[in-house]
Amino acid sequence: MKLAEKILAAHAGKGKVAPGDLVSVRVDLVLANDITAPIAIKEFERIGVRKVFDPKKVVMVPDHFVPNKDIASAEQAKMMREFALKQGLIYFEVGQMGIEHVLLPEEGLVLPGDVVIGADSHTCTYGAVGAFATGMGSTDIASAMACGEIWMKIPPTIKFVYHGKLPRWVGGKDLILYTIGDIGVDGALYAAMEFVGDSIAALSMDGRFTMANMAIEAGGKAGIFRVDDRTLEYVNLRAKRPYRVYEPDEEAEYSRTIEYDVSRLEPQVAFPHLPSNTKAISQVGNIEIDQVVIGSCTNGRLEDLQVASQILKGRRVHPRLRCIVIPGSQRVYLEAMREGLIETFINAGVAVSTPTCGPCLGGYMGVLAAGERCLATTNRNFVGRMGSPQSEVYLANPAVAAASAILGRIASPEEVVN
Amino acid sequence: MKLRGKVHKYGANVDTDAIIPARYLNVSDPAQLARHCMEDIDKRFAEMVRPGDFIVADSNFGCGSSREHAPLAIKAAGVSGVIARSFARIFYRNAINIGLPILECDEAVVGTESGDVLEVELAIGEIRNLTKNKVFKAKPYPDFMLELISAGGLIEHTRRRLKTGG
Repeated sequence: MKLAEKILAAHAGKGKVAPGDLVSVRVDLVLANDITAPIAIKEFERIGVRKVFDPKKVVMVPDHFVPNKDIASAEQAKMMREFALKQGLIYFEVGQMGIEHVLLPEEGLVLPGDVVIGADSHTCTYGAVGAFATGMGSTDIASAMACGEIWMKIPPTIKFVYHGKLPRWVGGKDLILYTIGDIGVDGALYAAMEFVGDSIAALSMDGRFTMANMAIEAGGKAGIFRVDDRTLEYVNLRAKRPYRVYEPDEEAEYSRTIEYDVSRLEPQVAFPHLPSNTKAISQVGNIEIDQVVIGSCTNGRLEDLQVASQILKGRRVHPRLRCIVIPGSQRVYLEAMREGLIETFINAGVAVSTPTCGPCLGGYMGVLAAGERCLATTNRNFVGRMGSPQSEVYLANPAVAAASAILGRIASPEEVVN
Repeated sequence: MKLRGKVHKYGANVDTDAIIPARYLNVSDPAQLARHCMEDIDKRFAEMVRPGDFIVADSNFGCGSSREHAPLAIKAAGVSGVIARSFARIFYRNAINIGLPILECDEAVVGTESGDVLEVELAIGEIRNLTKNKVFKAKPYPDFMLELISAGGLIEHTRRRLKTGG
């Protein structure tokens, strides 16, 4: 069995499972946010049970439209808060919260071998720690909150093997954008994507979170990494409960194996309006931009801010451009402050915000007008994703974002830093 | 059950931001969401759609976010079903869970244009294009899906399961 099958079989109480099998799996953690929880709560109440199956296994994080952006979102956040407090769930209030997929691993709430389901498509992020994690809708979450189990079809697994030492300014974001550019936005539809190879072994945890995060952008059910020393170092600092490491069988047969030599990979930029519309930075041409956003569940971690700060240090954001940096959690924010990154950003003319999903989904804190272009370290560039349906979003890594903020056009970090 | 209505046809990769832009997700009332359904790719959809109509689209319909608001908006707009070559997996689950009929059928997608009138018989997965006088057969639902659908959706299914202790 592959890694995903090993985890799912164990949670289904079965010795063996194969792609296509329908199983009921026990979940270790169930997640919802301020947009998806209200529907989940309404559906939960329809089931007619009073308490969730285990309040210590249900997490609610207000992150999309909080601190509340308007009255309607305040009502949704309030409904979630009241339910979470009444049920005694794990809940993070504004001031302690972060973007859910940055926050949960940081808090040690998602661990290797876990099955995690969340009413947010980027729940797949937790595959970075060797968990099987996948996004679902509010009704599935309501059902899982009631009974602690959920039905799943065992997905086929596609193995992605990356070879070679990554060039400077190239990271997890570029690996995953390049992969999506190659296989397309439905290239891994319904499948688990297992990421391996010597490039992956050398990749930081933050880089792995970025890759797993965007598995959904290829249609994947999960993006998953094998647990190695780097994973263990990360989780052992944070875990508050035991966990189990699963390994794929050596003879496991993958539905497909795709190999890439990434030793000469350039930073990638996804053009509007699909994450698969990728080009190498050298092929981008002259594209002027109005806004840069560095943050989100994809690239709002400490390493992302460190990279951006290296480029922005001692330089200034282009005078007709807005650059917004959003640390992914309070912990990331605090650490960035201690390291002097926030000072670097503010001196460069960057607006720094409290953690929120905000602009990534066109919520607030950087919504685009018609005709505007934004380069963002986020995950989607669909029509209207960050505001006006006549605006454009380009996706890239934090180094490209910082360089572009300085030059006022999509730029390679090499143009700014030698 | 026979469904009947006009076709609104779209291309591949219709994402959930196109189905219901996130700027409207500060509410979850289906009727309010329906007013903005498909807005960013088809401004006139909410005005033109009539009860019973169908959305027909190419592959990977509903890709992107997990927002259940997407199938809820489509259903509340009066759409009786979505026919596509394929669906993104979260959208597929969500549609089944809330009782929005969805059908996978390559031939119906190829053989149908906007404005055609379709008649769909869900129980046998038959799609009849009355305008073009053609009949298509949709991919059948897996047994487990049929069980969910016939139970009246996931919530009803869960309720029964908890009641029987199974």
